[in-house]
Amino acid sequence: MSTLEIKDLHVSIETEQGAKEILKGVSLTINTGQIHAIMGPNGSGKSTLASTIAGHPRYIVDSGSITLDGEDVLAMSVDERARAGLFLAMQYPVEVPGVTMTNFLRTAKTALDGEAPSLRTWTKSVKEAMAELRIDADFAQRNVNEGFSGGEKKRVEILQLELFKPRFAIMDETDSGLDVDALKVVSEGHNREFSRGAMGTLLITHYTRILRYIKPDFVHVFVDGKIAEEGGPELADRLEEEGYDRYLTPAKA
Amino acid sequence: MTEMTEKARIGAPSAAPVIDGFTEEGENLSPLTDNSHRGPLAGDSAKGHSHGGGVGVPDSSRAGRLTSYRLADFAPLTGREEDWRFTPLKRLRGLHTDALTGAAPTVAVAGPEGTALPAGVRVETVGREDGRIGVAGIPEDRVAAAAWEAFTEATVITIPAELQAASGIIVSITGAGREAAAQHTVIVAEKFSKAVVVLDHRGSATLAQNVEVDIQDGAELTLVTVQEWDDDAVHASAQAAKIGRDAKFKHVAVNLGGDLVRITPTSRFTQPGGDVEMYGLYFADAGQHLEQRLFVDHAVPNCKSRVLYKGALQGKDAHTVWVGDVLIRKEAEGTDTYEVNRNLVLTDGARADSVPNLEIETGLIEGAGHASATGRFDDEQLFYLMARGIPEETARRLVVRGFLHEIIQHVKVPELEARLTDAVERELAAGNN
Repeated sequence: MSTLEIKDLHVSIETEQGAKEILKGVSLTINTGQIHAIMGPNGSGKSTLASTIAGHPRYIVDSGSITLDGEDVLAMSVDERARAGLFLAMQYPVEVPGVTMTNFLRTAKTALDGEAPSLRTWTKSVKEAMAELRIDADFAQRNVNEGFSGGEKKRVEILQLELFKPRFAIMDETDSGLDVDALKVVSEGHNREFSRGAMGTLLITHYTRILRYIKPDFVHVFVDGKIAEEGGPELADRLEEEGYDRYLTPAKA
Repeated sequence: MTEMTEKARIGAPSAAPVIDGFTEEGENLSPLTDNSHRGPLAGDSAKGHSHGGGVGVPDSSRAGRLTSYRLADFAPLTGREEDWRFTPLKRLRGLHTDALTGAAPTVAVAGPEGTALPAGVRVETVGREDGRIGVAGIPEDRVAAAAWEAFTEATVITIPAELQAASGIIVSITGAGREAAAQHTVIVAEKFSKAVVVLDHRGSATLAQNVEVDIQDGAELTLVTVQEWDDDAVHASAQAAKIGRDAKFKHVAVNLGGDLVRITPTSRFTQPGGDVEMYGLYFADAGQHLEQRLFVDHAVPNCKSRVLYKGALQGKDAHTVWVGDVLIRKEAEGTDTYEVNRNLVLTDGARADSVPNLEIETGLIEGAGHASATGRFDDEQLFYLMARGIPEETARRLVVRGFLHEIIQHVKVPELEARLTDAVERELAAGNN
């Protein structure tokens, strides 16, 4: 079992008005075999947490720690974090012109494993994974994310999750912009990989809809850069009914 | 068709759009321009291009430029001329001032990898009096005129009518020394012929060159000019193509090696139905000056042109220049043209100048537009690739290789494509020292 541990994390970004604190002390522990949902209103810092774990240079860690089985993640470069087993399914996957999906997937797999995958089994697993996610075979020859629709980009993120087999998957609003069919396909992709028992998931979402397909063990509610409430799956049901309003308007004494 | 009521000169600086719905950038004319968020040039680091007609430069149409076979008709260069303003004249090693009496580079014509010339193709060495000289070109600048006056013999390559050349025609041009020299080449693609011709420049030279290309009715010619000179070479090349009725011409310029390389490819439509594609790839290292100035002359109706030049720069004082002049004359109704230049600046201290000029003298056209962007490596692409475990160095190479490979794909001679891919890899590797 592996453990991803976030302790009292404070993160800020540079703005024209100076540094702005986004995360104001977040602590969270995820083990492989667990699904943690992070929910919260827009601007609460959910995506900042995802990008900070992956090492996006825009986010500055002011204090606190992130460790993976005791190893200091914050000391690792972006590619080292990925090779250590962290995977970020991005909210806005980037287009990379001139680089085909085939070339990209093989290059990444080679980097992650430290050796090139056996060509025959690799081609087969890519084909099968694409078919399961209902991605057209001709996508393999297209440039990474170039001209893909929003839904296609999200499926390709999950394709990578299935092929790269990370220890921890961070899914940053993978559900936003998906119709119900695509949402099911994407959730099933995650669940296939999760059911192998070697992965933990941090599922970041604004809506409760995806939680019908990916069942969280724990739910954390983010408000203003902090965890405002934590609980089991029942907390998600309550949010479904009540929304985030009660966190945003503090009760008057 | 777009109806316009007055002459528009899109390359000229102006505060307001000349015509409703038609900005200086031509943004409203084609979805292709809406790519500011794509490619390695996206993001905050990308900037728009500057336009021609800067301070002190008269607002003159490209149609009015002096052309002459006589050197004496061109005034000595000062460096302030519009078409020389980016070129460091003192590095021309006398091409613009001296008599070009040095030994011309050697010319050998064969098939790919030293195989035999494809059957039917004729290669001749002829004197100045040969009737085919002047068939497609007339000098448009002083150096080209100097070369025209100085050459003693010319190479004429003919693809006979209806011949489909079985393989590429490789013209190996090897520098013979540093003394300023002149060279003349004529390529004739006769009616309904089809061929790929490669001008492969290597070695060391100080060379002023004229290349004339006559693409006759219904012919299809690809001309690839590769400048992979030694580091000290200086090369000015005027490549003038005359495009016949329903003829297709593809020009690919690859500028990699040499201290100063300046190529000026020109495509002139002389009959309706012509189709021109002009591609360029350049990779400038520290101290290199690579300049490409192209001209597409839409002088007759119903012709189509597409231009795409891509460049990468790395190292101190690496300098590239791209100027794309497209002229749609009054007669050229039904014209369809689009030109694009993209530059990827990989390190500090490099400079890319990019100037698209589009002159439109008739409103009865299918479409016209241009786009240019010069940007740094996009950090978001880098982050995406690295977040998948790919080390930074590999990620950078993937992106730059992909950026330039789009042009290499148009070369269509497999052996040469492989060599150019390797050459780009070497350029990339050289920057990592």
